[in-house]
Amino acid sequence: MKRDQSWRAAAVCLALSLLVPWAASADPIKVTWWNIGTAANDRALNTAFADEYMKAHPNVQIDVTVLENEAFKSKLTTVMQSGSPPDLFQTWGGGVLTEYGKAGLLKDITGPVKGSSWYASQAPGVWQNYSVNGKINAVATDMGAITFWYNKDLLAKVGYKTFPTDWDDFLALVKKLKAAGIVPIALGAGDKWPAMHMWSYIALRLGGGQLFQDTFSGKNTKGFEDPTFIKAGQVLKDLTALKPFQDGFLGATYDDEASLVANGKAAMELMGQWAPNVQKDKTADKMGLGSKLGSAPFPAIKGGKGLVTDVIGGGGGYAVGKNASDAAIDFLKFLTGKENQIRMAETSGIIATAVGAEVGIKDPNAKLVKAIVDKSTFFQLYLDQFLSPAAGGVVNDSVQTILAGTATPAQACAAIQAAYSDK
Amino acid sequence: MMTKRRSKWPLLLLLLGPTFLLFTFFVVVPVIEAAVFSLYKWNGLGPLGDFRGLNNFWTLFQNAVFHKALTNNLAIVFFSLVVEVPLALYLALILGRSRFKFAVLFRTIFFLPYVFSEIISGLLWQFIYHPQRGLVHAFYAAFLPDASVPAVLGNPDTVLAGIMVVIVWKYFGFHMSILIAGLQDIPEELKEAARMDGATESQTTRRIILPLLLPTILISVFFAVVGSFQVFDTIWAMGKGDPVNAAESVVTYLYKFGIQRFNIGYGSAVAVTIFLICLTFSLTYNRLISRVEKR
Repeated sequence: MKRDQSWRAAAVCLALSLLVPWAASADPIKVTWWNIGTAANDRALNTAFADEYMKAHPNVQIDVTVLENEAFKSKLTTVMQSGSPPDLFQTWGGGVLTEYGKAGLLKDITGPVKGSSWYASQAPGVWQNYSVNGKINAVATDMGAITFWYNKDLLAKVGYKTFPTDWDDFLALVKKLKAAGIVPIALGAGDKWPAMHMWSYIALRLGGGQLFQDTFSGKNTKGFEDPTFIKAGQVLKDLTALKPFQDGFLGATYDDEASLVANGKAAMELMGQWAPNVQKDKTADKMGLGSKLGSAPFPAIKGGKGLVTDVIGGGGGYAVGKNASDAAIDFLKFLTGKENQIRMAETSGIIATAVGAEVGIKDPNAKLVKAIVDKSTFFQLYLDQFLSPAAGGVVNDSVQTILAGTATPAQACAAIQAAYSDK
Repeated sequence: MMTKRRSKWPLLLLLLGPTFLLFTFFVVVPVIEAAVFSLYKWNGLGPLGDFRGLNNFWTLFQNAVFHKALTNNLAIVFFSLVVEVPLALYLALILGRSRFKFAVLFRTIFFLPYVFSEIISGLLWQFIYHPQRGLVHAFYAAFLPDASVPAVLGNPDTVLAGIMVVIVWKYFGFHMSILIAGLQDIPEELKEAARMDGATESQTTRRIILPLLLPTILISVFFAVVGSFQVFDTIWAMGKGDPVNAAESVVTYLYKFGIQRFNIGYGSAVAVTIFLICLTFSLTYNRLISRVEKR
């Protein structure tokens, strides 16, 4: 009797287990989302975005993967080479996104974007950086500029109430800081890209936007061996001769750079919109320099064709992998909408790109960066990101050789041109 | 006779089969694949298309940074053979004696750096060398307050030396352990016999122990050479082979110029070159070892 019952119970269980998959109305649509928001506040916000969307769309399941910046880049490269990209993933546009787009690993979302209010919901200039061959493959969330971030108190000590707008005056400031025993510029040249921004900004001030446009269109047949790029190298070399950087800058990381400025041990750094947040993280009280921190555009150079309003910058966004479902695209639209962009700006201090999201930008320096981007007369994406990964890498290497004095500016520019023309 | 031979095969297949399959799939196939990739200009995405023949190899052999990387590897090999292995041998001869009081304690201490992962050692030493907040900085602040702190890892002239110190620090304990194991294999009777014949301590070491230890020393040398060619993590954690590629090794070169910059074809050419160097070395060297052992 007993034995009989247990057999029956087992049969019922088995039958039920067979029924369960059928009982649920449909398999959930899975959306994989890789982001690099490792800070606690970013993590919480992104989880909230996913949870809210899933609540409103019970048939969608969003799997969020959070990776640290460098780890993200290496892991993404691997999954890309295996041909199975995540549905949504962090991107900075430019050369890397182009490589993925050309290999057919991205989804063309031009239709959903242009066919709705989505297109107009973003500032018009930002779509270009997230398109490959005229097809939109990604959506921006953040767009800022590289500017000088300086310590107002340290500048005041040597008699500067505002940041110099002219290169000669800037050099004078460097000399005065140096004489006062203050490290004028913190530079993480070991990571290479922080130094690369300095060279490319000098080139932009000397040659203007036209130089970059002509170089990339091929109209400038000398490419990066154009005398203006070489002269930019010389200007950088002359600056280096003043010993404006901290000891051991060639081996220093960006973290070292941020730490020096944040703790008042160096007067300034040339960095993107994320600088204040990273600086805060480098101080014991997590406050950074607070109101002592100022931001200013890269100074103009006398005789140069560039305007002080020509900008080098960039930002982040999310790219759409080739296997993304409509639900993934819809979630991205939700993510990059005005309301959520305001929340991103408030929480992470990003320079949100959605029209009207600027109300979320509270910090005066962030507002200033936003104004610099909005009023830019020419906008160049970070050179190492804009070029192909191979050429971008050589730009970073070559600027380091100028700083180390192991190559002349002409040799460095020749190396860049060789990598750039090797298609 | 026939049945006996037939029955041998299933057992062979059972014992060797799995190893053979694993070896084929995870060693032979990737090596062949890399050899194929090395003939193309390929970014690793999508299908192989742009056949370039041996072009990648010509570019590689003419590349100044690769020359630098290769020279650095040879310098690391040289340094390992001249400093690391002799140091390990010297310590093994002292600590291998059971009469030495704190032998076990010192063996553990010397072996400790080998237990740390390469990345952890690299980060640790990056901190030690840090010119603004490291141990070197603290030393200078305490004893030489007027001198400027050297940025060991930030100076192209000193970065490789700084890394070699870490490599020796990390691996001498490993070689010491191998050599101690070899010492323990030498029968006590031989040493006793030598002593009874009136040989001094140094004579016993030179005439009895070292010749008998030679095969172990040769294995230690083998690990030192092959290990020097594979060094990656330690260098990567201490500045990625920079500034200006001054501390590049062939493997950091491969990772940086092949993988990070989307040149899988070129990177494969580097990999094939390293593979051939190591293969040639291990074949010649193993022949040498077996000749020594036969003697």
